Amino acid sequence: MLSLHDVSVAYDAVPAVVDATLTLADGDVLAVLGPSGSGKSTLLRAVAGLEPTTAGRICWDGADLAGVPTHKRGFALMFQDGQLFAHLTVAGNVGYALRLRRTPKARERVRELLALVGLEGYGDRLPGTLSGGERQRVALARSLAVSPRLLLLDEPLSALDAGLRERLAADLRDILRAAGTTALMVTHDHDEAFAVADLLAVMRSGRIVQQGDIAEVWRAPVDAETALFLGYARVLDGAAAGTLLAAAGLAAAPAVAVRRSALAVAEGGPLGGVVVSGRATPEQIRLVVDVDGIGEVDAVARLGTHPAPGERVALAVDPSRLAATPAGRERSGG
Amino acid sequence: MSSGMKRALTLVALAAVPLAVLGVFFVLPVSGMIGEGFWVDGTFDPGAVLEVLGRPRVHRVIWFTVWSSVLGTTFAVLLGLPAAHLLYRREFLGRRVLRALLLVPFVLPTVVVGVAFRELIGESGPLGFLGLDGSAAAIIAGLVFFNVAVVIRAVGASWESLDPRPAEAAAALGAGPAHVFRTVTLPALRPAIVSAASVVFLFCATAFGVVLTLGGLRYSSLETEIYLLTTNLLDLQAAAALSIVQLLAITALLVVTGRLRAVPDPSLARSTARHRRPSRGDWPGLLAAGVVVVLVGTPLAALVVGSLRADDTWSIANYRALSGEGSHQALLVPVTDALVTSLRTAVDATWMSLSLGLLVAIVVTRRSRSRSERRVRGLLDGLFMLPLGVSAVTLGFGFLITLDQPPLDVRDSLLLVPIAQALVALPLVVRTLVPVLGGVDDRQRQAAASLGAGPVRAFMTVDLPAMWKPLLAAAGFAFAVSLGEFGATSFLARDDHPTMPIVIFRLIGHPGAMNYGMALAASVVLAATTAVVMLLVERLRVPSVGSF
Repeated sequence: MLSLHDVSVAYDAVPAVVDATLTLADGDVLAVLGPSGSGKSTLLRAVAGLEPTTAGRICWDGADLAGVPTHKRGFALMFQDGQLFAHLTVAGNVGYALRLRRTPKARERVRELLALVGLEGYGDRLPGTLSGGERQRVALARSLAVSPRLLLLDEPLSALDAGLRERLAADLRDILRAAGTTALMVTHDHDEAFAVADLLAVMRSGRIVQQGDIAEVWRAPVDAETALFLGYARVLDGAAAGTLLAAAGLAAAPAVAVRRSALAVAEGGPLGGVVVSGRATPEQIRLVVDVDGIGEVDAVARLGTHPAPGERVALAVDPSRLAATPAGRERSGG
Repeated sequence: MSSGMKRALTLVALAAVPLAVLGVFFVLPVSGMIGEGFWVDGTFDPGAVLEVLGRPRVHRVIWFTVWSSVLGTTFAVLLGLPAAHLLYRREFLGRRVLRALLLVPFVLPTVVVGVAFRELIGESGPLGFLGLDGSAAAIIAGLVFFNVAVVIRAVGASWESLDPRPAEAAAALGAGPAHVFRTVTLPALRPAIVSAASVVFLFCATAFGVVLTLGGLRYSSLETEIYLLTTNLLDLQAAAALSIVQLLAITALLVVTGRLRAVPDPSLARSTARHRRPSRGDWPGLLAAGVVVVLVGTPLAALVVGSLRADDTWSIANYRALSGEGSHQALLVPVTDALVTSLRTAVDATWMSLSLGLLVAIVVTRRSRSRSERRVRGLLDGLFMLPLGVSAVTLGFGFLITLDQPPLDVRDSLLLVPIAQALVALPLVVRTLVPVLGGVDDRQRQAAASLGAGPVRAFMTVDLPAMWKPLLAAAGFAFAVSLGEFGATSFLARDDHPTMPIVIFRLIGHPGAMNYGMALAASVVLAATTAVVMLLVERLRVPSVGSF
């Protein structure tokens, strides 16, 4: 079990991680989610033993890891761009740690690992001849080779293009489950975090602002900024929040985070408003509607309907796409 | 112990050996030399230095050093630029061979080049009618001969990897070729050109063998003047005064060069474009390459031809004579012995500079964790470049006056010459290795560490595969430099253990056709040895060889 107690890291007295505390039980996969510059990669590197901590303790099964060098921690680290050894073949890369440990039957294990990541028969290729996705699969196999007690993933899918990322995220999740690996992943992409991890810790300006079960964090973001970072489109507060929560049949709260699809055009819906603008996407029509008593919010309509700007529409609310938050000012997110 | 302390200790431990060597064999001699200038009979007397600087001859020497270096640099850059374009941006048969051949002059022993030029333009030479023997033009031609290769390599390497798209964008916006060159290409190349020019100026200003063999009695640079004052006139104080002047000037130049090097344009994209064949528009490159080939080729051809002439007929008598000691007691040992000494010395100098250089390169390229650590590494980097700035003659002179008393009475040690040569080669070795080690992504080492590899194993996995070729190339480079080293060696070599350049210089200083013929033959042998080493180095295709 990995546990961090009030860990701080600073570069030349500039704090990068401040008082980070978290625990990760064996077999769990935790995603640390944060915008770039939030200190999430530094946290990962500190766990790997690549950055010295300025305060706090990083422990494995209760034993403090301070002074244990990277190569003796037994944590495998997988980089955003794989960092395969270019002069070694795929099999040479995957079997690297096995050879270090003089593991018997290494060749067989390499074959198993390559099968696990879906690259049978790639053993003799050189990394330079692989595609980006294949390289990441090799890097994953290399990291898993000696069954590390903890796998550290640094934006493992960020260097890949969108379609591939989605597929590989699902594969990554299955592979980690199949191997029963404890993993700590950092990412700036909430979809990626959602696809791979069971637990989520949100980091901002060097601090962990929220952590817990991923669905739980999703359902109840701790504040407006976290909500926006998790993909909520807007956060409403004051009277607007009250109106919307009442329409959704939820208890009153000081603020509410709204997903883009929380409001949908529906005959007889409890809310009414005037369409401001509309845009068609392959799955639905995305609208901005000026809702009575709330103001401008996002809404969706089914394909085939054509709400024009200026038209009045009725809207239904999906309560599962709202999240009451303690406080917040209205902000729109990207 | 905290990991920060451990890192600091590792850094100190790695740097300790090179620092100690540099301290004893570089800082000590140089400071001894400075002391010699300022302290007269044990009392501090800076007046003597000022007195030396007031001498009219010294003024002439300094003035000559400055203007010959300026002209040498200018011509080297003017010839080198178009030639670099042809050799690094155009594809044609024999390009690699030509590139390799043009690297050879840079490491040719200076004495050999001096002898070759004299053979070409001397009274009885093919170009004797021009009356250039002993003229400033001959010296400048010699300087250009050496340094055009530096410009071609440094600028060529930068040019080769220059992203062609900005130039294409400019052309698409309506700029003609000349305009594109002036507004896009030249600004992108400027850091490389300025850096190459300042290094060439440095080399011109500290050129020793060429000026000594070609300058005769009429022209003397700071470097040769220090030598003459020490060995012929025994005026150590004046020599020290001039060394101080040179040290100051060169340090200033190095600082400026370092600044220029420190700000490469970060927006410069790198790519390897497909190269076209030369076309009619490439005439400046073709012309310059032609001139360079003639400039480099004719003296060497004259040298080879001259070495094969004895008593007005073709013969190999000059080569046969190499097993003897020459006429008029020119030498104490046969030339063949000197060749063996040269090779042995070069082997010693090579392993010394290579092991020192490797340690230095590792120390300065490791990623720094804090600002202070970064500063320490930067300081070390600059420190180990110092031998590049201090002339070989100053170094030899410093050895001579400081390493002759206990506990460091090593003047009679046979290791003294290789140590001096290793220091001369050290900056070149470091400059070859540092870009390669610096180019290794630190995350590769981290990846190895996270897979369970300790520091040594990580070095073997990540650094060594990237390093072995550059190491080999640096070894060859150091070997060639050591073979031709003349400045420091001329002070330190023992009469019964001379190296080849010393023997050649002694032979041309002694009267007699046989001695002169032997000098030519010995030059050919030395040049051929060096050239073979350099061509092997070139085959390794290490881009940072010969860059500064």
